Amino acid sequence: MNIEIRNGRVVDPQANIDRNTTLYITDGRIAGLGEAPAGFVAGQSIDAAGCVVCPGLIDLGARLNSIEAELAAAVAGGVTSVVVPPDADPPLDEPELADRLVHRGTEIGKARVLPLGALTQGLKGERLAELAGLKKAGCVAFSQANKPVVDTEALLRAMEYAATFGFAVWLQPQDYWLSRNGIAHEGEVASRLGLAGIPVAAETIAIATIVQLVRDTGCRVHLTRLSSAAGVALLKAARAEGLPVTADVGVHHLLLTENDIGFFNPHARFCPPLRAQGDRQALSDAAASGLLALCSDHTPVGADDKLLPFGEAKPGATGLEVLLPLTLKWAEAAKLTLPQALARITSAPAEVLGLAGGNLAVGAAADVCIFDPQATWQLTPEALKSRGKNSPWQGYMMSGKVKTTLVGGRVVFGS
Amino acid sequence: MHNPQLNKHGELIHLMSIEGLPKGILTQILDTAASFMEISAREVKKVPLLRGKSVFNLFFENSTRTRTTFEIAAKRLSADVINLDINKSSASKGETLLDTIDNLVAMHANLFVVRHASSGAPYLIAEHLQRIGRDDVHVVNAGDGRHAHPTQGLLDMYTIRHYKKDFTQLRVAIVGDILHSRVARSDIHALTTLGVPEVRAIGPETLLPKHLDKLGVQVFHDMNEGLKDCDVIIMLRLQNERMNGALLPSAGEYFRHYGLTPQKLALAKPDAIVMHPGPMNRGVEIHSAVADGSQAVILPQVTFGIAVRMAVMSIVAGN
Amino acid sequence: MSSLLNPLPDAEAQCRQLAELIRPQLHRNPALVGIFSGGVWIAERLKALLDLSDDIGMIDVSFYRDDFAEKGLHPQCKPTVIPFDVEGRHIILIDDVLYTGRTTRAAINELFDYGRPAAVDLAVLADRGERELPIGATYGVWDVELSGKQSLVLARQDDGRLAWRLENA
Repeated sequence: MNIEIRNGRVVDPQANIDRNTTLYITDGRIAGLGEAPAGFVAGQSIDAAGCVVCPGLIDLGARLNSIEAELAAAVAGGVTSVVVPPDADPPLDEPELADRLVHRGTEIGKARVLPLGALTQGLKGERLAELAGLKKAGCVAFSQANKPVVDTEALLRAMEYAATFGFAVWLQPQDYWLSRNGIAHEGEVASRLGLAGIPVAAETIAIATIVQLVRDTGCRVHLTRLSSAAGVALLKAARAEGLPVTADVGVHHLLLTENDIGFFNPHARFCPPLRAQGDRQALSDAAASGLLALCSDHTPVGADDKLLPFGEAKPGATGLEVLLPLTLKWAEAAKLTLPQALARITSAPAEVLGLAGGNLAVGAAADVCIFDPQATWQLTPEALKSRGKNSPWQGYMMSGKVKTTLVGGRVVFGS
Repeated sequence: MHNPQLNKHGELIHLMSIEGLPKGILTQILDTAASFMEISAREVKKVPLLRGKSVFNLFFENSTRTRTTFEIAAKRLSADVINLDINKSSASKGETLLDTIDNLVAMHANLFVVRHASSGAPYLIAEHLQRIGRDDVHVVNAGDGRHAHPTQGLLDMYTIRHYKKDFTQLRVAIVGDILHSRVARSDIHALTTLGVPEVRAIGPETLLPKHLDKLGVQVFHDMNEGLKDCDVIIMLRLQNERMNGALLPSAGEYFRHYGLTPQKLALAKPDAIVMHPGPMNRGVEIHSAVADGSQAVILPQVTFGIAVRMAVMSIVAGN
Repeated sequence: MSSLLNPLPDAEAQCRQLAELIRPQLHRNPALVGIFSGGVWIAERLKALLDLSDDIGMIDVSFYRDDFAEKGLHPQCKPTVIPFDVEGRHIILIDDVLYTGRTTRAAINELFDYGRPAAVDLAVLADRGERELPIGATYGVWDVELSGKQSLVLARQDDGRLAWRLENA
């Protein structure tokens, strides 16, 4: 099918493209920009006047509890590839499970599913999972989700094994002992509200351990969901040293702090916790400078598990459909250009994954997001396709609405 | 941020925390409690204020003492009192907190006295009541996790006012496990709101929250230094769970450094009063000679507690 | 009914008049109980004028009012103090203005929670009528008619003297 997308502001951060022009798609791939390829006859023409046309968003962290609803939510949010943490039930520690997940994703035919395989069996942090088998079944990297590997020797062996095959390991830096009883950032708000705290040391000690093991094993590591200024500093030092370490931050952590807990709002409970203003600023600066990729950390939680006292509520918020508007909101506050902002959720995640994608180069898969940056909509349960209605932004107006999403040159959302 | 404890006229509709309440409301509660004190001296220890109203004691955490004083207070206001020990009932069968509330509201509850192990539980309930349009149902926090125990804070202030009259000239020390103490947090907010110029926290690093200075408190690790010239000493109970090794090595070592003995008491002003929210661990945080001594006002605190709780319930129920 | 409001009568003189009305009953050994605040001041006067030995009782009716549901708890309640045994005693309840009768009803209920008096009389300076309950003053010195928007307030001046004030709502 030949598709042309006309009149839109085409933004491809990786290629430094930002202009009003026409995008041409043939057989599911980008065929041309500005000038129609020879012999191109449009079978479908999409008018993107007033809209931005950018690469489909790549979300480095989204849980797909009810896979159909969540993949529909993804493309409604302009997300064309989702990286899925291995902590579903059962954990993704067997190649068959990965196979089934990828297959189901293909069947549903909306966003691409990129599963992370479990690093250890049952995510218990003890015995290795069959990494090579999982890779073969479609896993793009290996992870413990947000479960710790307490046994440092086990972590060392796992990273050595992964390095053997050149696999990347994704770890959330959170020391088990320092975080196991905590529910909020160990700061002023937790002291005042009487909430058990998770100190910044829980993150920095874990990063320091992981970085040392990277030095010793050469394993490529991606740190997920950083939360502190001190953590960012350690990341910078590791990269300055030339170590193969990358990192991301959840979009909520760029906009919210411990103060948003307010009167014990369970929607402000996250893992890792929302920290202080200084931490938020450092994360924002790091993301703006290109050091951190951005993701939604989409975690659908039912009302029964959220409308509980703060310490009992499951952490996390819905993310797939707010990733774009929240990124735009952050970019405005951080005074970034649109291409700079979009890079964080397109080319930067692609780079972390080491996969082609996140751009509109000729020959690339036609994963495209068309959105109206000026359109506003209110975040209500009805407005979301995701089963996860849990959000600290309930009732707020969002700026930025996806009109059409294409995956592999097929329209999977909108018109 | 609008304080959910106050209605749009600034009147108290729930008591969940002392934090954020204006001084005028604290004073109103103390003054009203003074009026209730003399009822205990009468033949008929009742007034008809809450006649026909139902007070539900929802205790998710056991506490016979606190529950009993609330029950006495409610009955002296002529209310009907229902006690619910949730451990033994529906919540353990998986009913959520809010479902329990909905059921009780349907049974015409007018006021909930709630004790819960999680900080913030009363706020969840108050927000839910507002959402379902029941602004005629009130919540009184009898202790939520480590966050607040506002009626205890108020009765502690009543006690201090009774013996010392003027808050603005006092030096008050709070000693012990402030990190885990909802009483301490409530006392701190009440003392600072009522204008006490010097509030001190005394304890080992492991038992004091970080950022205590942001609440207007001076931190001391040396009890001898911290007690100097104090007018009021509030001793906190050291719970058994804390003595198991991670935070403190032993009750003995704690007592040697942070227990209130007659010698340490002598460092405070000669007319200093010693308070304790109870129940006391004799020989752990307090020496028996002090607990039974002339400066201890621990039993009067209990009597004041009933009047203060009567005041709180009558004020919120009327708004 | 006379409605002499300009000038307002001398409250101190009215207290003396009230005392003379009560004097013939002193053989019953009455105990005076004033209703805050006006009634308490008048009771103090009467105790002195009648040369009574017992301390006066002071009643705050905040906890016995019938309008708790509409108005909530009055922000300034004072402790009720009854320094004598009510049981078997002849009580004279004293208030400044008798109007609907609800305050008197509340005071009587409160008094009965202290014990069973032998009898209760009501002494007031001003009776403005418009009763909503079947209550009457045993001793009164001034019947006055006011419009719904006006209220009569007894105040204690800086020099300690009691004086009436007319307020418009």
